[in-house]
Amino acid sequence: MGIALIVLAILVVVLVGYLVLTFNGLVRLRNRIDNAFSQIDVQLKRRYDLIPNLVETVKGYAEHERGTFEMVTQARANAINANEAGDAHQQAQAENVLSGALKSLFAVAEAYPDLKANQNFLQLQEELTSTEDRIAYARQFYNDQVLGFNTKIQSFPPNIVAGAFNFTEREFFDVPEGETAVPTVEF
Amino acid sequence: MYEQIARNKRHTFFMLAMFFVLILALVIAFNFLLGFGAIGFAIAITVAIAMAWGSYWYSDRIALRVSRARPADGPEFRRYHNLVEGLCIAAGLPKPRLYVVDDSAPNAFATGRNPKHAAVAVTTGLLEKMNRVELEGVLAHELSHIKNYDILLTTVAVTAVGAIALLADLGLRFMWFGGRRRGSSNSGAAGGILALFALVFLVVAPLVAQVMKFSLSRRRELLADVSGVHLTRYPPGLIAALEKLRDDQAVVRTASHATEQLWIESPLETKEGKADHKGTWLNRAFNTHPPLEQRIQILKEM
Repeated sequence: MGIALIVLAILVVVLVGYLVLTFNGLVRLRNRIDNAFSQIDVQLKRRYDLIPNLVETVKGYAEHERGTFEMVTQARANAINANEAGDAHQQAQAENVLSGALKSLFAVAEAYPDLKANQNFLQLQEELTSTEDRIAYARQFYNDQVLGFNTKIQSFPPNIVAGAFNFTEREFFDVPEGETAVPTVEF
Repeated sequence: MYEQIARNKRHTFFMLAMFFVLILALVIAFNFLLGFGAIGFAIAITVAIAMAWGSYWYSDRIALRVSRARPADGPEFRRYHNLVEGLCIAAGLPKPRLYVVDDSAPNAFATGRNPKHAAVAVTTGLLEKMNRVELEGVLAHELSHIKNYDILLTTVAVTAVGAIALLADLGLRFMWFGGRRRGSSNSGAAGGILALFALVFLVVAPLVAQVMKFSLSRRRELLADVSGVHLTRYPPGLIAALEKLRDDQAVVRTASHATEQLWIESPLETKEGKADHKGTWLNRAFNTHPPLEQRIQILKEM
C-alpha cells in the first residue's frame, strides 16, 4: 500500500513537471515569434531612414533624373503609411514597390562614374544592401520560429497543453509575388 | 538539409556515448588490474577538468591572443560587420566581437564558451579574396560553430581524452611498480588472459580516444557547413568559398597544432600537400577537418 502511494506521488510530480516545462516552452516560443516580428519592423524603419540621404547624394550628381527621385520618395512615403496603418498585406506590397524603386535608383546611378566613385554613395549602397539582407533575414527568422511553434503545438503530447491554454497557430510571413510593378512617372 | 543536421547531431551523440563507454571500460580494466578504479577515475577526471577548464573559460581570449587578432574597427570593415549582423538576425544570436588577423592566407575562426562570450576572426586575405556571398557563407559557417556550442563540445571531448590518457598512464605506472590486485579471486590462466587484455586496453585506449576526438571534430565541421547554409539558404556561396580555399595554397603564419581545429580550413601544411588529402586511413584519421573536396561534394548534393 505504501509503495503504491509513493509510485503515484512520483507519477504526479513527473506529470506536473512535464506540464510546466511544456507550457513554459510554448510561452518562450510565442514570445520569440512576437520579438521576431518587431525585429522585421526595426529593419524596415532602418531602411526608411537611410533613403533620404541616398536620394540627396545621387541628386548631387544626377540632378535631372527627377523621375526616379520622385518615384523613390513616393514609394517610401507609401511604405511608411502602410507600416503605420498596420495591414500586413498592404505593407508587404508597399515594401515590394519600394524595393523596386530602389533598384531603379541604383540602376540609374550606374550611368554616372563620378557618383559610383563617391565614398558616401558607396557607403550608403553598402548600408542599404545589408539592410535589405537584414529585412530578409528577419523575415526568415520569424518564419523559422513560427515553423517551430506550429510544429510543437501540433505534435502529441504538447498539443494537449496547447489546446488547454489556447496557444493557436501563427501565420507565416508571405511576401506576395507579382506585386513588383514599379509605377512610372511622366515628366 | 534538416536530415543532414539531424544526422550530424546523432553522430555527435553517438560519439559522446562512445567516450563514456570507453572511460567506463578503462575504469573497469584499471580496477581489474589494480583494484582502485574508482579513486583512479576520480583523480584522472579532476585533473583533466582542471586542465581543460581554464582553456574553455578563456577560450576566446586565448585563441585571439595566440593568433594575434586585432579588433575589426574602422570603416573598411563595414561589410564584415554588416554581414555578421544580418546572419545574427537569421540565427537569433547576439552579435559576437569581430576581429581581424593580418595574413594573406584566406581563413577564419570562431571561438568563445557560449554565444554571449563569442568572437569571430577572419584574415585580411579572406576579406580581400572573397566576394560578398562567399564571405557570407564563411561567416555563416563560423556563426554556426558558436550556435552549436562547438567549443563546449570540443572541450568535453578534450577533457575525456585527457582523463583517459591520465587514467591509462596512472594504471601503467602502477602496474610497472608492481601494484597487483589485492586478494585476487581470479587466479590462473583465465585471470592471466584477462589481465593481458586489460593491459593492452590501457595502452590502446588513449590512442582510440584521440581518433574519436578527431572524428568528432570532423563531424562538427560538416555540421557547421550544413548549419551555415541553413542560415543563408544559399549553398552556392559557401561552395564557391570552399572552392577558392581549396585552390589557394597559402598557409596562416600564426597557426599551430593547438589552434588548428578552430579555423574553417586546416591552416597547416600537410605532408601530402593541401590539394591531395588522400594518404593512408591512419593519416586521415588524425585530420581535424574533412577534406575540402568532400565538404564541397556534400554541399553540392543538397
